[in-house]
Amino acid sequence: MSLLRARNLRKRYGDTEVVRGLDLDIEAGECFGLIGPNGAGKTTTLKMLLGLIAPDDGSIEILGEPVPLRGREARLRIGVVPQMDNLDPDFSVRENLLVYGRYFGIADSVIRARIPGLLEFAGLTSKENARITTLSGGMKRRLTLARALVNDPELIVLDEPTTGLDPQARHVIWQGLRRLISQGKTILLTTHFMEEAERLCDRLVILDHGTAIASGSPRDMIAAEIEPSVMEIYGETVADWGAQHGHTLCERFEITGETLFCYTRDCDRVLDQLRAQHSLRYLHRPSNLEDVFLKFTGRELRD
Amino acid sequence: MNNRHNFAAPRLSLRFIPVWRRNFLVWKKLAGSSILGNLADPMLYMLGFGYGLGSLMPEVGGARYITFLAAGTVCYSTMNSATFEVLYSGFSRMHVQKTWDAILNTPLNLDDVMLAELTWGASKSLLSGLAILAVIWGMGLQQSWLLSLWVLPVVILIGLTFSAMGLVMTALSPSYDFFIYYFTLVITPMVLLCGVFYPVDRLPDFLQIAAAWLPLSHAIDLVRPLILGRIPTYIAGHVAALATWGLLSYWLALGLTRRRLLK
Repeated sequence: MSLLRARNLRKRYGDTEVVRGLDLDIEAGECFGLIGPNGAGKTTTLKMLLGLIAPDDGSIEILGEPVPLRGREARLRIGVVPQMDNLDPDFSVRENLLVYGRYFGIADSVIRARIPGLLEFAGLTSKENARITTLSGGMKRRLTLARALVNDPELIVLDEPTTGLDPQARHVIWQGLRRLISQGKTILLTTHFMEEAERLCDRLVILDHGTAIASGSPRDMIAAEIEPSVMEIYGETVADWGAQHGHTLCERFEITGETLFCYTRDCDRVLDQLRAQHSLRYLHRPSNLEDVFLKFTGRELRD
Repeated sequence: MNNRHNFAAPRLSLRFIPVWRRNFLVWKKLAGSSILGNLADPMLYMLGFGYGLGSLMPEVGGARYITFLAAGTVCYSTMNSATFEVLYSGFSRMHVQKTWDAILNTPLNLDDVMLAELTWGASKSLLSGLAILAVIWGMGLQQSWLLSLWVLPVVILIGLTFSAMGLVMTALSPSYDFFIYYFTLVITPMVLLCGVFYPVDRLPDFLQIAAAWLPLSHAIDLVRPLILGRIPTYIAGHVAALATWGLLSYWLALGLTRRRLLK
């Protein structure tokens, strides 16, 4: 069953069309990733899906509700983790959950009964009465995630949930998300951490300039788009090495600054050649989603 | 397509109540300093000027000066309290703390948030007006208990009107600094023109004509007679003037805020 269905979404700001004919289908119970460089249209797409802004064209249906027409009804059953923390600084951890639950029209007694479970989920049981200003970045993010669960949503939408977190805190968030997936929740997340998308998402689309340029499961996309091995070669003379050997040893190669990315099916030949090169350092690794992402969106900076 | 125009009529819903309660909960935590700032200040002015200047003047507008001033201070204090709340605290909730963004991700929409701001601003200003009224009662300045009770609904109307007007500024403001324009160009001239400290008929004709259009004049024309023990004249006209300022401002503020945030 399709839990979210969007067709031909379009949104224009002035002369720029930020979302250009996007189709999305999310199945119940899956983790779906919307990935893309800065300015690809991810946040605009999320805002349209939540019914916060009206698309210029196209149709959206979430949980059987047409959006934005019945956005209120749809949002009753959705939990949102925004990109920027917007917890209430004047309240304690507990009060944040209580006040937020009231926005959904949930009775205080029901919210109070849910709070211990939410605190446990977020690992904040001991911080129940702490002020928000005393929490670390990771704790705030976990609380924001717990807050998004206060209405027991069927769909959880996360906009870059781990941006700005240290690796430990990031892993804790991932653990939480996996727990939600195993409980049968549906997750829609945007990220520009490819590792995050690869670990969590069943399916994803790569969005660039407002359109989907690739989609599928991370594993299938890597298998279909990228040679299985990548040799990252570093050094001042890397350009010369590329000119000499790149076309013969690599199926495809790219140079960025002092790094050459050599994509290949036969890494032994490349390794043999490199062992003779003392001015170059190298790293051999399996290809990953980041390689797919960079293949589609290029290596130029996006601001 | 549900592409509503920004300046379409407000959609009213009781869902604004949890947002009002949120503001109330914050206020309860900070009530001490809030009450001091909102209430003590106008009271000190009223008593200082009331007795200080009052001793130099036998009577103003047919009453003791402190009574005359107290009636003006009810309106002035109500206006100020509503204005400060929706400007500074409202801007903080909208722009700095992003509280509104968090709320908009729930079933609530911007119209609910704005209605909560409007009614919350009016609620806080009711408290300010009530405090001055309590001083009036405590000092026995009112000429008629019954008539002075009628000040309360008027204070609510004044609070709604000035909250709505303030929300227009909040919708337009890039930063806190912007609000100084509103105070210097709108609020302060209004205080000086509308008869808080002295009767409007002491001003030159052209200023009297200007004052007659301003909402604070209508507020004072309703409240002062009630304190002085008279039934106000032209009640419907004054109420309509305040309501018109309030409704037009609210409609404008809502449209501007939708344009600002829903994009």
